[in-house]
Amino acid sequence: MFRRMVWGLVLCAAQAAAWADTAPDAFVLQLSTEVIDAVKSDKAIQAGDVARIRTLVDAKVLPHVNLQRMVVKSVGPQWRTASPEQQKRLTEEFKTYLINTYAGALTQVKDQSVKVRPMRAGANPNEVTVGTDVVNKGEPLQLDYRLEKAGDEWKIYDFNVVGLWATESFRNQFSRDLSAGGIDALIERLAEKNKSLAASKS
Amino acid sequence: MKARSITLRGFLAAAALVLAGCATTGGTRGDPLESVNRVVFDFNEGLDRVVLKPVATGYQAVLPEFVRTSIENFFNNFNDGWSAINHLLQGKPAAALEMGMRFSANTVFGLGFVDVAGAGIERRPEDFGQTLGRWGLPPGPYLVLPLLGPSSVRDSAGLLLDIRAVPEAFPEERAERWALGTLHVISVRAGLLSATKALDELALDKYSLVRDGYLARRRRLVYDGDPPDEPEPPDTEPSEDTAPK
Repeated sequence: MFRRMVWGLVLCAAQAAAWADTAPDAFVLQLSTEVIDAVKSDKAIQAGDVARIRTLVDAKVLPHVNLQRMVVKSVGPQWRTASPEQQKRLTEEFKTYLINTYAGALTQVKDQSVKVRPMRAGANPNEVTVGTDVVNKGEPLQLDYRLEKAGDEWKIYDFNVVGLWATESFRNQFSRDLSAGGIDALIERLAEKNKSLAASKS
Repeated sequence: MKARSITLRGFLAAAALVLAGCATTGGTRGDPLESVNRVVFDFNEGLDRVVLKPVATGYQAVLPEFVRTSIENFFNNFNDGWSAINHLLQGKPAAALEMGMRFSANTVFGLGFVDVAGAGIERRPEDFGQTLGRWGLPPGPYLVLPLLGPSSVRDSAGLLLDIRAVPEAFPEERAERWALGTLHVISVRAGLLSATKALDELALDKYSLVRDGYLARRRRLVYDGDPPDEPEPPDTEPSEDTAPK
């Protein structure tokens, strides 16, 4: 039991060390390439196994996301009106929904590669935007990330697909349920959506 | 003079439309006509579900990929020619030349059906709505057009010119124009089948997602992928929170 703990700690440290002190654009390139390579090389995923993509996203991508900040940004001012219990549930459902969204995008990956665009220095050195192009034949797809410094690592707190920031899109979509029935209505809606996504085959 | 009075009337009509839209309650920023737009959107969705999607699915199932790609290339090629003209109108001679080369190479060597230029010359589509945007015209309220889907007041005006630059505008016979036009619509729809499937499954509010996606994409296109930095809206709460991680 103790030995397992030690191994666990060593592996964690090794993982963290792998990402420590990487520049944000190098980090994004490394992570994107790893994920896309994993999707391309996995036969089950290429055959359409979405559950496997979700597991991949949960394991590889989520650790590098500031989930708390993302959910607060996506819900908007009404977050403050939620009880701690509601906030916990909402964060859980949002996490599942986020994994589903990202996994949905990854199902489209067949033969793409990622290029990082040169970074523009912003006013705040602890918050950056990194732009990437997902390249295949035809027009490259623009995928941008907003990252914040967390210790000596970088965490994603927003992403942008061809000009649309995810949290902004979520805010607009969530506002309907929020104005209809408040936080509980949103939680129910997300839970329902997640359940139907889990049930669908591809 | 006659021309002036028509323009003035047109302007007043447009202004009245916009103001009428603003008078309706609700609606998000940039979408004062939301209540009307949602109705048209639902209509388009119904039409898509009942007619367009089944036909496009059949098209995809029946025709082999190289045939569908050739058809897609045919329409894209015309689009490249029109894009070259728009690049020129926007004062981008280098891009105009590249797209012009793409168009000639594909027409002469590819006979219009093979994308000979391929990834060698990157496709940079431009339409007249983007040209108007480049000239400084703001997009105006978001509009959902019957059948055609998401647009804006400016881009709809641009469409009036775009329509004259598609292959289906050229044949003399009306039947030929309709046949080509239908093929164009089906070809485009088939290309979007897997993407729209993902969209349908994921969206909590498909109308919002389509609108926001469209507006963001148009902004990107007008600035050719390099829009001025948008200020980030402030987070509601500081990120170091007491909530569990």
